[in-house]
Amino acid sequence: MRYNEPSPLEVRVISQRFDLPNPASIDTYLANEGYIAIKKAVAMTPEAIIEELKASSLRGRGGAGFPTGMKWSFVPRNTGKPTYVICNSDESEPGTCKDRLLMENDPHQLIEGMLIAGWTIRSNKGYIFVRGEYRYLIDIVEKAISEAYERGYLGKNILGSGWDFDLYTHTGAGAYECGEESALLESLEGKRGVPRLKPPFPAVVGAFQSPTILNNCETFSSIPVILRTGGGWYASLGTPRNGGTRLMCVSGHVNRPGVYELPMGFPIMRLINEVCGGIRGGKKLKAVIPGGSSSPVLRADECDIPLDFDSLAKAKTMAGSGGLVVLDEDTDIVAVALRTIKFYAHESCGWCIPCREGTNWLKRILTRFHEGGGTQDDIGLIAELSANMLGRTFCALGDAAAMPTAAFVAKFRDEFEAYLQKSRSTVSVPELAVV
Amino acid sequence: MTFSPALEARFAKLLNSYPPGRTRSAVVPMLLYGQDELGYVSQELVEEVARRCGVTTLQVDEVIGYYSMLHRKPLGKYHVQVCTNIACQAVGGEELYEHACRTLRLGNKDTTLDGLISLEEVECMGACSWAPAIQINYDFHHFVTPERFDRLIQALRDGTYGRKAS
Repeated sequence: MRYNEPSPLEVRVISQRFDLPNPASIDTYLANEGYIAIKKAVAMTPEAIIEELKASSLRGRGGAGFPTGMKWSFVPRNTGKPTYVICNSDESEPGTCKDRLLMENDPHQLIEGMLIAGWTIRSNKGYIFVRGEYRYLIDIVEKAISEAYERGYLGKNILGSGWDFDLYTHTGAGAYECGEESALLESLEGKRGVPRLKPPFPAVVGAFQSPTILNNCETFSSIPVILRTGGGWYASLGTPRNGGTRLMCVSGHVNRPGVYELPMGFPIMRLINEVCGGIRGGKKLKAVIPGGSSSPVLRADECDIPLDFDSLAKAKTMAGSGGLVVLDEDTDIVAVALRTIKFYAHESCGWCIPCREGTNWLKRILTRFHEGGGTQDDIGLIAELSANMLGRTFCALGDAAAMPTAAFVAKFRDEFEAYLQKSRSTVSVPELAVV
Repeated sequence: MTFSPALEARFAKLLNSYPPGRTRSAVVPMLLYGQDELGYVSQELVEEVARRCGVTTLQVDEVIGYYSMLHRKPLGKYHVQVCTNIACQAVGGEELYEHACRTLRLGNKDTTLDGLISLEEVECMGACSWAPAIQINYDFHHFVTPERFDRLIQALRDGTYGRKAS
């Protein structure tokens, strides 16, 4: 089920079946172009499939935006080792709630996307890594998997191709860090989810030390339509180098928050004003966090840009996981910065010192600041500390904590200064009694 | 240690789903599903999971310390989780959590004396566009106002709480 009304401005490509009755059933899927792409794929060579993906300009929907076709081309073939296909449905980036809808409303689309990946690298096993909080989705996905087995889309000799593919679910148990691909692989192996040193990348040494295709749930879900209708068509929906559509998760101070499927490159201001009905209560926009909480904040005057990987990178932030948090003029940026860093301090796995210590120092400084005990030096210290964390950790969690914090301070320095003024004025010296 | 037939079947399937010699992979799912049935991760469960997966109890223990959903002590029958992360914060998640603390008279990760309700302030649960959100055990509740929260708690106490998603 959908939890918000759709918008007429949406371009429904991967969410087209969401509003049908019994959307998760295989019959609904088969009646609506389901499992056509895999039929097409088994008649294609791996090279042709990868070329189609490259033509589609599909980029990873998990956050990094890496071109999917290129990622698949890195998987070595004929190494003698088994290969694996892993779906990252450990959706935990604050602001993001799209994979949940994709698994709830169209699990077969995801299965078909993983099948195509499996065929491309002749893998025989795949896992869907679902975060523990999404327990109900494991039942939905497992039901879909058993339906696919019954109809011969999973199991032995799929579609008479002589190729076997088994698919399983796997669950996390509450850890943001496991959304990072190498930490996810550690977790899949039954260990603490700490990241691995890269390279080698998962394409070469991934699950169980073997070559692996590891993509986000939305990325896999976008693949059937690409093979069905062609990479060129898919690419044409978006902007150059940013093909297709994506599910944009809008939250915060808008009239109609929700998840909307829109073409890549859709302007942020149109998304806020036309799709989401503007800022609630007739207030003014203050800021937008454009791609999940790890993306540096945009001030209202910087928001007149299209939503795609390249445009946001140019604006020194990122499209990330597609979670936009819209903040109105009344928002306390210091409180948002504090809540953000509290999250990263909680989720840091503790493996790398700059992240483990840095996030906690930042949390302590910002807590003190927020409580009114900040000093002028703190503002510079927050910026310096963040800068020292950047690029000094195994995985991107250190950066994910440092980048937004640095941006909050740089772009809303006046609000931090105002906190200093406020804290000074609230310290009142009691008047002495004169007798 | 024996579990319900449904859980035994799930465990058997799990242990078969990983490549040969990789049963350690089943540790986290088995702990979580086991906890669902027992209410918490007991020492007996740790030892059983270790035995079935062919790892040491220490290897199971170190995993439990890492994952925030695994609990070594019993929670309430209903574990109420309130998200206060930025999307929920923007629309009253922190106030909702304070309201929950006040009305339930519980702090973070506390349980009521009768063992019915436990409370936890949690990180983003993936309901950002329908915030503020809470989870009661695994059920999502969206657009939760303090009034709606009170009604949900009342239903927990009355025993009328259904599994209706919102």
